[in-house]
Amino acid sequence: MAMSYIRKILLGSLLAFTSLAVSAQTFVFTAIPDEDETKLMERFKGIADYLQEKLGVEVRYIPVKSYAAAVSAFRNNQVQLAWFGGLSGVQARSLVPGSEALAQGVEDVDFYTYFIAHQSTGLEESDTLPEGIRGKTFTFGSKGSTSGRVMPEHYIRQTFSEAPEDVFSRVGFSGNHTRTLRLVEAGTYEVGALNYAVWEKELENGNVNTDEVSVIWKTPAYPDYQWTIRGDVDDRYGEGFTDKVRQALLDMDDPELLESFPRSGFIPTANENYEPIRSVAEQIGILD
Amino acid sequence: MHFSPTLRVSLLFLVIAIAALFFADIAITTANPWRDLGRFFLGVATPDFFSTEGLATALLRTVAFAFVGVALGSACGFLLSLIYRFYPVRIFCAFIRAIHELFWALIFLQFFGFHPLTGVLAIAIPYSGIFAKVYSEILDEADPGPARLLPPSTGIISTFLYTRIPDCWVQLRTYTAYRLECGLRSSAILGFVGLPTLGFYLETSFSQGLYSQAGAMLILFYVLIATIPLWVKPKLLPVYILGAPFFLGDGMPIIWGNVERFFTQDIIPAPLRDGEGLAGLGPWFSDLMLTEAMPGIWNTLILTQIALVATGILTLLAFPLISNHFGGPIRRTSGHVFLVIARSTPEYILAYILLQLWGPSMLPAVVALALHNGGIIGHLIGRQTNAIHLRPDAPTGYRRYSWELVPRVYRSFLAFLFYRWEIIMRETAILGILGIYTLGFYVDSAIQQIRFDRAMVLILITALLNIGIDILGRYIRRKLALQTMPTC
Repeated sequence: MAMSYIRKILLGSLLAFTSLAVSAQTFVFTAIPDEDETKLMERFKGIADYLQEKLGVEVRYIPVKSYAAAVSAFRNNQVQLAWFGGLSGVQARSLVPGSEALAQGVEDVDFYTYFIAHQSTGLEESDTLPEGIRGKTFTFGSKGSTSGRVMPEHYIRQTFSEAPEDVFSRVGFSGNHTRTLRLVEAGTYEVGALNYAVWEKELENGNVNTDEVSVIWKTPAYPDYQWTIRGDVDDRYGEGFTDKVRQALLDMDDPELLESFPRSGFIPTANENYEPIRSVAEQIGILD
Repeated sequence: MHFSPTLRVSLLFLVIAIAALFFADIAITTANPWRDLGRFFLGVATPDFFSTEGLATALLRTVAFAFVGVALGSACGFLLSLIYRFYPVRIFCAFIRAIHELFWALIFLQFFGFHPLTGVLAIAIPYSGIFAKVYSEILDEADPGPARLLPPSTGIISTFLYTRIPDCWVQLRTYTAYRLECGLRSSAILGFVGLPTLGFYLETSFSQGLYSQAGAMLILFYVLIATIPLWVKPKLLPVYILGAPFFLGDGMPIIWGNVERFFTQDIIPAPLRDGEGLAGLGPWFSDLMLTEAMPGIWNTLILTQIALVATGILTLLAFPLISNHFGGPIRRTSGHVFLVIARSTPEYILAYILLQLWGPSMLPAVVALALHNGGIIGHLIGRQTNAIHLRPDAPTGYRRYSWELVPRVYRSFLAFLFYRWEIIMRETAILGILGIYTLGFYVDSAIQQIRFDRAMVLILITALLNIGIDILGRYIRRKLALQTMPTC
């Protein structure tokens, strides 16, 4: 009896390696998980349908659990297009020679970070990063976020000439912008930094309790999110495919799709527009 | 005053844990922790089984990954156990099991990406190391008698199969079944890094505060584990094992160039990769040690020691809940339910839930580790007390507990506790991914910054730390002459 089971178990293990692959011609894209996943799924399923109609190939969106997973999937050619943040885009393009930033949102040319605070801190809106945040508890968004990590850390270091761990009594990483908002609103962290567009959208939809949490500072502008595509897609999907994708993105005018980002439209961009993000990331030591 | 060696060791660990508390970051930072906890329990009480369309698929994938991973791990582990007496094999097995499933998954994700192989190997590799060790311990215990009675010319393989295996078949089977349960837990948490198992949806629901959805998933997971004896039958096993590979889902195709790149470029320390040579390696390494490895090791050790003692205290409090020597059937039934829930919930998920509710500090991690491990050991000790027969006139209540039962089970309690020391440390390190500043936090940061060279060094350090604790734990068990069974 023992023998027969052992034999079967061994046989079963040998057969374990079968996999069903997606068709080679499916065009796959991903996005950094910067907001609640349910919202991302809705948004990018809509984008997948839109791109499929415009490009004439099967288009699929795959959700990922971290910013790095999005970059890795892009680098490993498991996705060919991605909606990146400033930093993840810089990382991805330096890892994949020939890849290019195709298009950015109209708002991404001048993007901002909002510093927000719980009402118990008594902090009020000001023109500079208030000295009063020293010693408070503070949360970034994701470790790899531009508006939730790189830029706020840059301005904290610039204002206080100290690392965030030395300025605040506790530093956390909430994971994404929606959660930063929820955590500061609930008082789990006293101060936080997030993508201004997420704040404005949630505010407009009535999802922010303004008695509990408010904006205390708006950073200067910097470039942020963009669509980035791999350099080898023309070989795989046919000549001129990159241009077709760019055109499809620029032509997007469905208000519902744009509203979900939220962006008012997409405009062309180029790799060099993101140099400021690279140098800031190098300065704070998260990019070699 | 004279203390017994077991008491001395217990007190020493207690003192270390109390000292560690002074350095630990223990706090509840949410403004309304009890309101959130209330909302969570309300969610569990009002589960919503139909909200997520992917829930059934996620459960199927969780089972499929567990079966394939554990089957493969058990087969490889069995082969390794046959040559386990060789020192290099032992070292190799100790090394692969010292790295947590989630770390393996994070490594494979970098070059296999979202391919089923990532999840299968993440379970199979560390499990091979564990199986090899435990199988060899079981085989060593087999009665050598039958082998001596065979005719001289009997082949090695026949001898092994007809004399050793039958003698320990039941133990091998019991242990493998227990690991299958562990495999289901491991499979579930792989979802937290993006594989299509239960953890994927659990994280989504929890992070958005959708507690009814999360509650439904937890309840289904408990039902799945509690009903294992009903649906895992020896006759059905071949069907499951042959069928499981077809239910792993269609990931993304593997591109082998990525594998080569990972091993020849990504994990090569940056100074070597950039041609700075060995001269650049020194500063690179000392920077890594000073800014990340040292704080990570310190926090991992502190948290491990507190969690170990908390586990011990919880075990001693919890085992009477299921012991026949106390209370009536109602208390024992609810005691069983509590312990089943505590040990069926992976530490990672418990810690994740508590972190959401109480905010970031070491406290949620300590409570999660103590609940899960205390649940496991409490269950084993409770069952052990049921085999103890007391005199009819034995004292009752607290006196029975403290003068009759605890002294009788204390040695095996310590044995189990030291056996799980290494396991607690493995988990402590991994909880860093959730934002507690243990080694896992720095590993996750390095991966988020696409610096796999740093991540690999930190994972290596974590593995060495684990092996060190494993050796120390075994030394203490031997010193105190504590017996352990390989069923914990």
